[in-house]
Amino acid sequence: MVKGRQGERVRLYVRGTILGYKRSKSNQYENTSLIQIEGVNTKEEVAWYCGKRMAYIYKAKIKSDGTRYRCIWGKVTRSHGNSGVVRAKFKSNLPPKSMV
Amino acid sequence: MYHKRGIWAIKAKHGGVFPRHEPKEAPPKPAEKPPKYYPADDVRHPIPNHRKHKPTKLRASITPGTVLILLAGRFMGKRVVFLKQLPSGLLLVTGPFKINGVPLRRVNQAYVIATSTKVDISAVSAEKFDDKYFTKEKKKKKNKGESEFFETEKEETKALPQEKKDDQKAVDTPLIKAIEAVSDLKAYLGARFSLRAGMKPHELVF
Repeated sequence: MVKGRQGERVRLYVRGTILGYKRSKSNQYENTSLIQIEGVNTKEEVAWYCGKRMAYIYKAKIKSDGTRYRCIWGKVTRSHGNSGVVRAKFKSNLPPKSMV
Repeated sequence: MYHKRGIWAIKAKHGGVFPRHEPKEAPPKPAEKPPKYYPADDVRHPIPNHRKHKPTKLRASITPGTVLILLAGRFMGKRVVFLKQLPSGLLLVTGPFKINGVPLRRVNQAYVIATSTKVDISAVSAEKFDDKYFTKEKKKKKNKGESEFFETEKEETKALPQEKKDDQKAVDTPLIKAIEAVSDLKAYLGARFSLRAGMKPHELVF
């Protein structure tokens, strides 16, 4: 992310962890992913984040469009459970390697 | 249904006849000449769409003089003063330029957080600015001759016209005076907003 001036890094996004796909014990539905947003711990807090956009950013070996960084866009669709986990749908499903 | 609507009472009031007024005199239509040409097949004409967009509804929290935080673009994170909403719906905004480097600029309401900090903007007149002021000038197409084809096109670096610099100064000087009257506001506008460790946006009050 190159800006006009150097040196100032401004973070206007909140980090999150990709937990996995929406699933039951033996079936998974890859079109929806489960995301843990940092600092969100209850389903009431998730309301603020509903509809907000998300980006999964990863690096690739080949430069495309002048950069090695690539991105999959998505948005928060709803909360998942009681503890602040969130369901999200991305433009294309998240790759399995994104899950730690 | 007849009885429920009370038609009988209205009739009784007007002597047994339901009142009606004469149709309005339509203005006489000009005599139409029969067309000289009828197309062989029936031509389908699209229904003309005369709908006009209204400018985007301005959030209640955004009033002239509000300090906004820009969320995207070249100036992301910068705190900026809101001047007015342009007819296209975009917001007219200025740094002021001397304080944080943001010139008179248009910004979309969706990419902005409104803070509760307000600056006194009564001394600033932003009337002359509209969307036409901000459109890019069209490049004149140069017909390339044979020799010019092999030369790389010389990029004409467009320096900002002096008129725009004067406009910027005219808007900013009264604004800066109002800002310096408030303690710390100048440093606040000069600093960028950023999330730090432990900051939760859903708990922040802007």
